[in-house]
Amino acid sequence: MVAEIGQFVLILALVTACFQGVLPLIGAARGNAPLMHFADNAAFVQFVAISGAFACLTIGYVTSDFSILNVASNSHSLKPMLYKVSGVWGNHEGSLLLWGWILALFGFAVALFGRNLPDSLKARVLAIQGLIGVGFLMFVLFTSNPFERLDPAPLDGSGLNPLLQDPGLAFHPPFLYLGYVGLSVTFSFAIAALIEGRVDPAWARWVRPWTLAAWGFLTIGIALGSWWAYYELGWGGWWFWDPVENASFMPWLAATALLHSAIVVEKRDALKNWTILLAIIAFSFSLLGTFLVRSGVLTSVHAFASDPARGVFILIFLIVVIGGSLLLYGIRAPMMKGGGLFAPISREGALVLNNLLLSTAAATVLLGTLYPIFLDAFTGAKVSVGPPYFVSTFLPLVVPLIIAMAFGPFLPWKRGDLTGVLTRLKFALAAALLFAGVVWWWQSNAPVMALVGMGLFAWLLVGTILEWAERIKLFRGPLTSSWKRLVQLPRSSHGMTMAHIGIALVVLGITASEAWQTEHLGVMKPGEQISVGGYDFQFEGAENVAGPNYEALRGTFIASTGGGKGILMYPEQRRYTNPPMETTEAAIRPMLTADLYVVIGDADGKGGYATRIYHKPFISWIWIGAFVMFAGGALSLSDRRLRLGAPKRARSPGAKEKALTGAKG
Amino acid sequence: MLRLGALGCIIGLLVTFSAQAVFVENQLDDTALEARARHISEGIRCLVCQNQSILDSNADLAKDLRKIVRERIQLGESDDQVRSFLVTRYGDWVLLDPPFKLRTVFLWFGPLFIFLGGGIAVFFFMRGRSQNRLDDQPEKLTASEKAELDKLLHPDESGRAS
Amino acid sequence: MRLRFLAPVLTFAAIAAIMWYALFNLNPKEIPSEMISKPLPEFDLAAVPDYGPALATADLASGKITLLNVFASWCVACLAEHPFFMDLKRQNLVDIYGLNYKDTPDAAAQWLSRHGNPYMRTGMDIKGRVGIDLGVYGVPETFVISADGKILDKIIGPVSKDIFDTRIRPFLQGTGS
Repeated sequence: MVAEIGQFVLILALVTACFQGVLPLIGAARGNAPLMHFADNAAFVQFVAISGAFACLTIGYVTSDFSILNVASNSHSLKPMLYKVSGVWGNHEGSLLLWGWILALFGFAVALFGRNLPDSLKARVLAIQGLIGVGFLMFVLFTSNPFERLDPAPLDGSGLNPLLQDPGLAFHPPFLYLGYVGLSVTFSFAIAALIEGRVDPAWARWVRPWTLAAWGFLTIGIALGSWWAYYELGWGGWWFWDPVENASFMPWLAATALLHSAIVVEKRDALKNWTILLAIIAFSFSLLGTFLVRSGVLTSVHAFASDPARGVFILIFLIVVIGGSLLLYGIRAPMMKGGGLFAPISREGALVLNNLLLSTAAATVLLGTLYPIFLDAFTGAKVSVGPPYFVSTFLPLVVPLIIAMAFGPFLPWKRGDLTGVLTRLKFALAAALLFAGVVWWWQSNAPVMALVGMGLFAWLLVGTILEWAERIKLFRGPLTSSWKRLVQLPRSSHGMTMAHIGIALVVLGITASEAWQTEHLGVMKPGEQISVGGYDFQFEGAENVAGPNYEALRGTFIASTGGGKGILMYPEQRRYTNPPMETTEAAIRPMLTADLYVVIGDADGKGGYATRIYHKPFISWIWIGAFVMFAGGALSLSDRRLRLGAPKRARSPGAKEKALTGAKG
Repeated sequence: MLRLGALGCIIGLLVTFSAQAVFVENQLDDTALEARARHISEGIRCLVCQNQSILDSNADLAKDLRKIVRERIQLGESDDQVRSFLVTRYGDWVLLDPPFKLRTVFLWFGPLFIFLGGGIAVFFFMRGRSQNRLDDQPEKLTASEKAELDKLLHPDESGRAS
Repeated sequence: MRLRFLAPVLTFAAIAAIMWYALFNLNPKEIPSEMISKPLPEFDLAAVPDYGPALATADLASGKITLLNVFASWCVACLAEHPFFMDLKRQNLVDIYGLNYKDTPDAAAQWLSRHGNPYMRTGMDIKGRVGIDLGVYGVPETFVISADGKILDKIIGPVSKDIFDTRIRPFLQGTGS
């Protein structure tokens, strides 16, 4: 019964989305207010309907209703409740439903929070969201129906891949999808602007919170995914430049570029065409990722079970959405006019450099990911593009980007003074050289890139803090006045500072863990002791233990630094029965200075066990940094000026004001 | 089609991570040689896995190839000789670091082309924007300059052109 | 002027066209053989017990086009092509040699007695080294061998009648390159 209800409300959502995609567009073209306002209601109905469908599937999972094919092939009655629920989106059909639900959620959010948007713009944005929804819901209903029945129903399900039975992965897809789908709002704003033929600072301001939210979710989604890979796969790696990882990284790079270029539109009324294009590209990357993951054109460790029919459907969808929007761009963009002067040494100049580097980076990832297909298609030759390629092409782009990141915020709009900035950054430069020097003195055989990385970390961290201190006039007057400035400054500027510090921390984590990781790999016998990275690891022994739906071989290790109390570590090798599969549960002791990482494997039949022990300096800072970036985004989003429902306040005088009233009228 | 039964396919997300991360196997006694063997293995793509190096896989073939790498190293072969042993049998596909060849020219130079193309566009855009005074009808000029920028900066396009 | 703005959509069209082609025509899991038009590697293998004679490189330079089939008792897909090979043997269209890959002598012999022996000769590659020299990465694989013992082509996966007609028969009729 529950499946039939789910199916029905899903069809209802599709019908609503069809109307939502058409009527408001007609309304906006004719200036018909009721038709435009219909969009709000449609967005609400669509959201409720898909929520209903999602609830129905969840009920199917929670009650282990194996007469639903999707539940039977992905769940099992003995699974812990958390994974019954997360199993809903741990498969192709369910994850698409989640996609559709988040899309409707964002549509509803635009309807709800977009009260200060001009009617026609809002109607058009919601209509575009509706059209995207039509495509997705058709995809779900026609090729990937999660409510298909299975007759006769099996006694039990075949279970969820045990690698997915993990809290990190339970929440990774929802965050990632919030990011991917969040970019659809930015995309819809861009298409609406193209239809209206107008982009102005007000538009940029309306788009900014959506871009920020999507960017923040993408950041946290990617971080969760890499964290999961780090502790669940047991290789100690956290980023493999796999096509699917790249598919999430490309939209992130584009969204980061967009976040910065939209500021130029907001403050200087320039880079409009480029910003529109970026908004289209960012969402296109999200869709392209969906295609790559689910069509089987690439081999990836993460790929869904692929089905050519689905591949064809997504590709057609891609051609309609991306092709159509880029065509619209080609026709309408030439009519948009840019703003005034643009000095190379200025804030906007720095943001252009940022965009140049980020876009090149995104294009490089795209090139590396698709090159095997291109080459195969044109010559029939097969080539692999693996991590070494991405590392060697990425570093030359990232290094100047980070150097420029410290400069940018110091530069004023319109015209900057490079020597002035350099004088103010002399402490950052000194800190970078000093820090790299100390590291070199301490680790004299460190690779050059490690010293560069550590220097860049200090440069960016100190440079960013200096700029922040200057903004609040720290130590240039009484502390109380600094505090006052701190409170009065817009939160978005503190958010920027935080996000940049986050990047610095990620640089620290990556550099230190790559350069100074130590490792022991080999067979250990109980009682044996091995020294890795300054810690003595004592292998106490291994025993068999039983979990809720698995059996495990659990090793006991004690890590100590000579004197103090030892750290107990219990790595496991688990054998799940539904489906039959082995997983590695590394024992990780995260610390601020280093992670200890122990993995246990097979017995060698002579009383020993295969073990792998890592000492990874500062690796936690990668995820701490990512979280700081996310928090920076969230802080920025809480800025009063961006708060969506807030009534309009007095704004800075001049052109911007005119543009605002122009857009409103 | 079931091939090399070592890796069963589980339907759903994340199909074929070889889930085991450590294996019992003989290592070379000489740590320097072992380190070299592991470095080479890290750059060799596992043929039966989805997208892993042979160092990370417990597939049968990956184990055999690791063994061969160690043997060849012990025989005194250079890293390149070991790699070319595998390449003559399995092709460039096994190298995770794509070799620089005619067929990979666009791959390796692509990012440079994209960057230079974008940089030239930015240069012209900036020059147009900084030379003209406001009263020189900057809008008309800048629109065309911006077109240049948009065209050249667009990553997809440059990616293809390269 | 307009053309510049159309560049993104043209770029996308090109990418989409390649993706469309890839979706229908390319298989990322199939890695073509590097050994084509090279001579067979040197090997000399003992036969599967009772299913001799033994197999060595020289046996395959037989003066006519032959097939070298890589099989194993643990390989499920091999069962799919086996009846077809038995047919081929009955029709006497082409000589097939069997390379038993990473198997045990007993299991291989049992498998052949159960399903029939389509092979002229068999060789046991217990350690899988000959397989690696041949660039084998999965079972089954079938090599088309020229009269002078060179590799002409490799078929990855089970051989069916269709695949035989399109990829092997042209060689037998002398029209394959």
